[in-house]
Amino acid sequence: MAFRHKHILGIEQLSKEDIGFILDTADSFKEINTRDIKKVPTLRGKTIINLFFEASTRTRTSFEIAGKRLSADTINITASSSSVVKGETLEDTARNIEAMHPDIIVMRHSASGAPHYLADRLDCSIINAGDGAHEHPTQALLDMLTIRQHKGSLEGLKVAIIGDITHSRVARSDIYGLTRMGAEVRLAGPGTMIPPGIERLGAKVYADMREAIKGADVVMMLRIQLERQGKTLLPTLREYAKFYGLNPRNLTLAAPDALVMHPGPVNRGVELSSYVADGGQSVILDQVENGVAVRMAALYLVLGGEQGDNA
Amino acid sequence: MAQNTTVILDQAGINRALTRIAHEILERNKGVRDVVLVGIRTGGDDLAAVLRERIADIEGEKIPLGILDITLYRDDLSARSDRVVGKTKIPFPLDDKHVVLIDDVLYTGRTIRAAMDSLMDLGRPSSIQLAVLVDRGHRELPIRPDFVGRNVPTSREEDIRVHFDEDNRPVEVILAKK
Repeated sequence: MAFRHKHILGIEQLSKEDIGFILDTADSFKEINTRDIKKVPTLRGKTIINLFFEASTRTRTSFEIAGKRLSADTINITASSSSVVKGETLEDTARNIEAMHPDIIVMRHSASGAPHYLADRLDCSIINAGDGAHEHPTQALLDMLTIRQHKGSLEGLKVAIIGDITHSRVARSDIYGLTRMGAEVRLAGPGTMIPPGIERLGAKVYADMREAIKGADVVMMLRIQLERQGKTLLPTLREYAKFYGLNPRNLTLAAPDALVMHPGPVNRGVELSSYVADGGQSVILDQVENGVAVRMAALYLVLGGEQGDNA
Repeated sequence: MAQNTTVILDQAGINRALTRIAHEILERNKGVRDVVLVGIRTGGDDLAAVLRERIADIEGEKIPLGILDITLYRDDLSARSDRVVGKTKIPFPLDDKHVVLIDDVLYTGRTIRAAMDSLMDLGRPSSIQLAVLVDRGHRELPIRPDFVGRNVPTSREEDIRVHFDEDNRPVEVILAKK
């Protein structure tokens, strides 16, 4: 088995074997993050540019730590400090950055497909750190790694994803990944937040959240993106919390050892009650920890090549 | 293309070689005080487990055993993505220990360089000694083993393979002509 992808643009392009290979690699990288000296020389001399056109703290930090732990030089460029605010096009920005000879560009953009656009035009590897409402592949990979660590395997698990499916690139990547790995994915959320035809990706849609989480092995709550949809899709947050929030009472419908997950940051009291977010079934901080290992694996694998035989 | 293979060490030969190496390690270190074994994945880790048993048989004490994966320390980044990076498991401090690094075949020396770099990142051993089952020559770095099961002069067109059984115990060493 080898990982032969130059870019990681989405989970959709990855096979079951690819996903398994990335998760196995990330699993090994976890050990580095517990050492006194959290650094290996693997990507010494390589340059990684984190090109973030959208605000992000945890994903950008996670990628930055991952790059540094592999000894790469990491540079962050955010939209507010880039020439985008001066009217430069995406392609011009990227070409200027490419002239500095990076090995990998990690990119977040509000437009779906922006990383694919660059991947077609630039020579370096591109890793998608979230494009519009399309995909967020490393988030799905860290979700799958977290589930696998706690459950042993993804095969046959019932995973409920609750919330704003329409605007969630995390949900889309998770649906691709989890169904490909043999899990059953259930979706629930307000009708205004369920995109028509999402069943075609292999997920089951439930109108009632309680039906979706009944017997589930994993309950994944999505963040209500208050900054994106405003009030047009939701009557009130209080009503949303009542019908689609996870609290100790409805969590009892899930399997007794069900994992509670959230891609963060949590709107406490809206999609998750604090009691559940901080409770024994929550693996939210494991997700954050696994994020660094998964991003180390992604950075490492996109620069891969042929097997040598020097012993 | 068909390959010509020769068995250069059978199971009995391997056992004799490992017993001798065990005695030499004890002799060199005047016992097992502050001695730890670290096997290089893959092959060296299984040999290290056998050597540990052999030392315990002689000295009556099981010394600490660690496993090192050197993939992330290789100097050829392009040569590593077919195998999943293995886990390094060294559940004891290396500071002030005499580390006996164990590998199955010593060839260019680049694996050992990577292993020493990795060990230095994990602690500050008093000394690092090197034990190998087979030294096949063709060194590209100034590295010499302290304990050798068998010296086998080879050409670069030949391969040395150590075969293990399902219990991860070494059963034979093969010289294969490409």
